[in-house]
Amino acid sequence: MARPDSKTTRILQAVAASVVPETAGLNSAGWSALERTVAAAIAARPPNVQRQVRLFLRAIEWLPLFRYGRPFTRLDPRRRERFLASLQSSPLLLIRRGFWGLRTLILMGYYTQADVIGAIGYRADPRGWSVRR
Amino acid sequence: MTEKSYDVVIVGSGAGGGTVAQALAPLAEAGRSVLVLEQGPRLGDAEFTGRELEMANRLYRDGGGFLTADGTMTLAFAETYGGSTVVYTGTSLVAPERVIRHWNVPGLAHGDLAERSRRYAGANNVHLLPPEEINENNRLFVEGGRRAGYAVEQFPVNVKGCRGSSLCNLGCPNGAKQGTNRVQLPDAERRGVEVVTRAQVRRILPDRSLEVTVREKAAGSAGAVSEWAPGDYRIDARVVVTCGGAIGSPALLLRSPVASGLPALGRGFTCHPALILVAEHGRPITNDVGHPKSYFVDRAESLGFVLETCMYFPFVTAKALTGFGPDHSAAMRAFQCLQMILVLACDRAEDGNRVALDAAGSAVVHYRFAPRTIAGLVAGARASARIFFGAGAARVFTPFADPPVIGRDDAGSVDARITAGHGKPGTISVSAAHLMGGCGMGSTSADSVTDSRGRVHGLPWLRVADASLFPDSLEINPYLTIMALADRVAEGIRTDFGSL
Repeated sequence: MARPDSKTTRILQAVAASVVPETAGLNSAGWSALERTVAAAIAARPPNVQRQVRLFLRAIEWLPLFRYGRPFTRLDPRRRERFLASLQSSPLLLIRRGFWGLRTLILMGYYTQADVIGAIGYRADPRGWSVRR
Repeated sequence: MTEKSYDVVIVGSGAGGGTVAQALAPLAEAGRSVLVLEQGPRLGDAEFTGRELEMANRLYRDGGGFLTADGTMTLAFAETYGGSTVVYTGTSLVAPERVIRHWNVPGLAHGDLAERSRRYAGANNVHLLPPEEINENNRLFVEGGRRAGYAVEQFPVNVKGCRGSSLCNLGCPNGAKQGTNRVQLPDAERRGVEVVTRAQVRRILPDRSLEVTVREKAAGSAGAVSEWAPGDYRIDARVVVTCGGAIGSPALLLRSPVASGLPALGRGFTCHPALILVAEHGRPITNDVGHPKSYFVDRAESLGFVLETCMYFPFVTAKALTGFGPDHSAAMRAFQCLQMILVLACDRAEDGNRVALDAAGSAVVHYRFAPRTIAGLVAGARASARIFFGAGAARVFTPFADPPVIGRDDAGSVDARITAGHGKPGTISVSAAHLMGGCGMGSTSADSVTDSRGRVHGLPWLRVADASLFPDSLEINPYLTIMALADRVAEGIRTDFGSL
C-alpha cells in the first residue's frame, strides 16, 4: 500500500491516539516513521488484505455515526476509546480480528522507534553483559 | 530455463536440512554431488543488528507474523541460511519417552532418537549456563516457581561464547548460538556440499526433477546475492529430501504431482500455541540482558502446558499485552520492571488442523483451538500468575481475565479470575514457533506420508527430514528431535543410495 492519503492519515492518527495515547505527541518525523512502518507492513501483505485494512479504517470512521451521530475522527477521546473497545470485544470474529490487526500495526509503528524504546527503558545491546556490569 | 543435475537435492537448510547436509557430506567427499536449496538469504555477521523490526523482516516469513487462515494465531518461522535454528533460543531437550511411545511409529524407538539427540547436543555445544550468566528475569522464575510448588528445570542451550545480548530470537548478533548455520552447514560446505540461497523450489516432478526459481537480491535488502544467477532452473536428482519445515514441506508436496495418493499429506499439524505473559515488579529487574530462556516447568503430561522463561522486545511485548490505551502504555513504560513467561499449550493432532494451498499455490494453515488446547493455555496462565506472585510481582497481565490485570491483593483468586470464557479468539495474541506435522510418519499411506526413515510411501527416492514428520505434538522444544530424525533419514539415504 502506498503512503495513505490525508483522510486515511487522519483516521489512522485518531485510532493511534486511542491505542497509544503518546502518538498524539509525536512530531512530524515521528509520525512519518510510524506511518512508513505501517505502510510497509501492509504493502508486504496480499492485495486482498491491503483492501481489508483500507475498508476497516473507513468502517471505523463511519460506524460511530449510527451510535454517536458523528464520525470517529470527531468523537471525544472517551467515546473513541469506548467505540474501539466495542470492536475489540465484538461478537464477530471478523471485527475482533480487524481491530487486533490494526492495533498490531500501530504498536509496530510506535514501539519500534529508537527514541521510543529508549524512553521506556529498553536497553538490550548486542554487547550484552559487558555494557551492563 | 537452466538445467542441472545432482545426486542428492536437499530442500531447506534448518535443523532438518542442515543435519542431512552434514550427514551426507561423506557422499560428497566420495565424488557424489549434494546440493542444498535454501529460499532465504545468507546473512553476513554484521547484518545481525539486534534491531527488532529490521531483523524480524530479514529473518522471518512475514516478519514473524504469518497468520493462520482464520487470523487468530501468528506462526513464526525463519527463511534464511540455517532456517529457524538461527532464530530460536538454543533450548535443546531430548524427546520424552512417553511422547515417542504415544506416536507409535513402527520402526522408531525412543532409545535410538535419544542417542542421536545426545550426539547432536555434543556437536552443537549444548550445556547448562553457569549461575553468573543467569539474569533476574530467570532467577525470579526459579524462585517464584519453587514458592508456588512447581518443579523448575534448567534448559540446556547450544551457545558458545554467549555475551548475553538477550537477542536470540532476532538472530544472535555475536554468532554464539550454535544452529546449523554455525555448525552443520559450514562443515558440509567445507566437505563439498553445495548450498544455494534465495532458491525457491516450486514443484517436484515424477521424473525426479525440481522446478526452482532463484531470486534476485532486492536493492537495499540484506544478505549476499545467490550463488547462482537469478532465473528458472530445472534440476534432475537421484534423491530429493524435503526439509522445508512443517509448512514448507507439506506445501511443496501438495504442489507437486508426485504426491497425489497421500490423503494424510498436510494433516496432523500441531504447533504448541503460545502466550507471552507479563508481570510488573515494583522495581527494575535485569530482563533485557542475559540469555532469555534458561528455565522451564513441564506440566505437559498432567495439565497440557509447558512454561518457559522468556524476554521479548518492545513491539512483541506491546502486542502480547491485552488491551490498549493509557493502561497499556503504563505497562510499557514499566519495561525495566517486567518479568515474562511463555506458556506453551501441548496441542494434539486434530481433524481439520492442516496445511493446504490457496489458489496461487501458497501455503495456508487451517487451525482451530480445540477445547483441550484452550484448557492448556488457561492452566498455564494460572500457573504463570502463581509463579509471578510467588516471585513478588505487584501485578500480572493476563489475557484470560477481564479486566486483564490482576493485582497482588487478588493473588489468591487466580483460578476464579483466569478463565477460558474471557479468551475470545481474535482478542488474544497467540503465536507459535514449534511447527510440527503435515508429513507424519506411520506405516501406510492411509494414515501417514512417510515411514519412520522419512521415505515417502511409494516413492523411495523422495524423503522428508524435518518437523513435518512428527505424527503429533512433541510437547517440548523440537530442534534436537528434528536433528535426530534427520540423521536417521540421512543414514537411510546412505544405506539405500546404491539402489536408488
